[in-house]
Amino acid sequence: MTSIMEIERLNLHYGEFHALKNMKLDIPKQTVTAFIGPSGCGKSTFLRTLNRMNDLVPGVQIDGSVKLDGQDIYSDDTDVETLRKRVGMVFQQPNPFPKSIFDNVAYGPRLHGIKDKARLNEIVERSLRGASLWEEVKDLLNKSALSLSGGQQQRLCIARALAVEPDVLLMDEATSALDPISTLKIEELVRELKKDYTIVMVTHNMHQAARVSDRTAFFLNGELVETDDTEKLFSNPVDSRTEDYITGRFG
Amino acid sequence: MKLSNKTVDRIATAVFYFFAFLIIVLLAGLIGFILFRGIGHLSFDFLTSPPETFKTGGGIGPQLFNSLFLLVLTMLITVPLGIGAGIYMAEYSKPGKFTDFIRLVVEVLSSFPSIVVGLFGLLVFVNYFDLEFSLLAGALALTVFNLPLMVRITEQGIRGVPREQKEAGLALGLTRWKTITKVMLPVALPTILTGTILAAGRVFGEAAALLFTAGMSSPRLDFTDWNPFSPVSPLNPLRPAETLAVHIWKINSEGIAPDAAQIAAGASAVLIITVLLFNLGSRWLGRYLYRKLTASR
Repeated sequence: MTSIMEIERLNLHYGEFHALKNMKLDIPKQTVTAFIGPSGCGKSTFLRTLNRMNDLVPGVQIDGSVKLDGQDIYSDDTDVETLRKRVGMVFQQPNPFPKSIFDNVAYGPRLHGIKDKARLNEIVERSLRGASLWEEVKDLLNKSALSLSGGQQQRLCIARALAVEPDVLLMDEATSALDPISTLKIEELVRELKKDYTIVMVTHNMHQAARVSDRTAFFLNGELVETDDTEKLFSNPVDSRTEDYITGRFG
Repeated sequence: MKLSNKTVDRIATAVFYFFAFLIIVLLAGLIGFILFRGIGHLSFDFLTSPPETFKTGGGIGPQLFNSLFLLVLTMLITVPLGIGAGIYMAEYSKPGKFTDFIRLVVEVLSSFPSIVVGLFGLLVFVNYFDLEFSLLAGALALTVFNLPLMVRITEQGIRGVPREQKEAGLALGLTRWKTITKVMLPVALPTILTGTILAAGRVFGEAAALLFTAGMSSPRLDFTDWNPFSPVSPLNPLRPAETLAVHIWKINSEGIAPDAAQIAAGASAVLIITVLLFNLGSRWLGRYLYRKLTASR
């Protein structure tokens, strides 16, 4: 299977603190890769290196190579905005803009220069369908996004990310603030989305990783302990630390 | 004797209620007194006709216009500068000595007595830059006076935007500039606007900083001449202009018209009503804009 992202010798320091230690990971195209591990293990930090959101944090130093389709995203000739268009992100807390549902989805395309109303309508509908939200909101497009439920808001955020046509979608504990039913809906959606997109998700919930991901990476104390096919990692882990974690002995 | 906790709690509650009550009474008394003395003197004629020096029946028309025009001029200068500096402080400045120094300067500037700002305006704008007593010199002095407030309000407004909103913008591939202007500023706008109107209220009521900058007299204005370069045009920013607040001060200290006291009372009422309207208006507009921008009902 071809990889869309390849990460090698990745090290990240916050000042003195060595947060990510010499990590290597391949992310295959059109699959779901899940990052698991206890709090503070570095999984979210790692995720945020993939679209350079860590650039915002003062005092961060990143070494190694992170390649998207063979291009190093940390090289000088990388345009961060183009990168973030290709690698979209959904956050832990649903964070729709305080605007109408339509405007939320149209936000990215509009600011990237699409003015044509018919095209925007088409993008909004396609993105909302992609996020399985269209049927619920098609008559409420001018209503405030804040009037939606938490689960709907999170799917709206997914639609907003899809609207700029990314290749990779990063999900940073995207269901941890949601109720079980909304969580299930998003998990179903993730399985749908991998037909067209590559998904990388951080989850604090091992069962979620087991349910939806194809590959799983286990993080511990800033190290990437083990990566494997999800089924294999959960049934027959190589590293004893992985086994201790998935059998619930810590974390 | 030792009081039980419950008794202490009751006493404290009563004391705090008393303080709150005292403040309300003070404010109500002050406003009531000024309105009571002045409101009988208000009429359309009073608001529009020019003042008289020796006779009764003078109005405050030009002063009222000057106050409003000066307000617009000041805001035209203050708002862009203040918002620009506020955005810099909130988003671009790196924590360190330089930023701390800027913040200190802003704090010091905001605690300057306005009479000192007036004298500074006299030395720099009126004399050194040769603007003479003029609306422009007054507007620049008031800018010095109001800029710190504007910077702080903008900075607070931008910092108050949730981090998630900013990240949402950046994650869509927006540049930093577009994230600030298209995502963060709209969210911060109600705060910034409310602060701007409060600053406007300060400009409207300010007298000391204007004595030596905008001057204490107005030329005969021709309200049919709207060419800003004509010396008798109300729109000429280089003419001297006595504002309402300065007029009140002047009439009270050296007015010789027989009805000077009533005119001062009426003008005070107009001033305080206008400032109250600014305050109420800023609240209303802030709420309205918030609802409008967030599309929430």
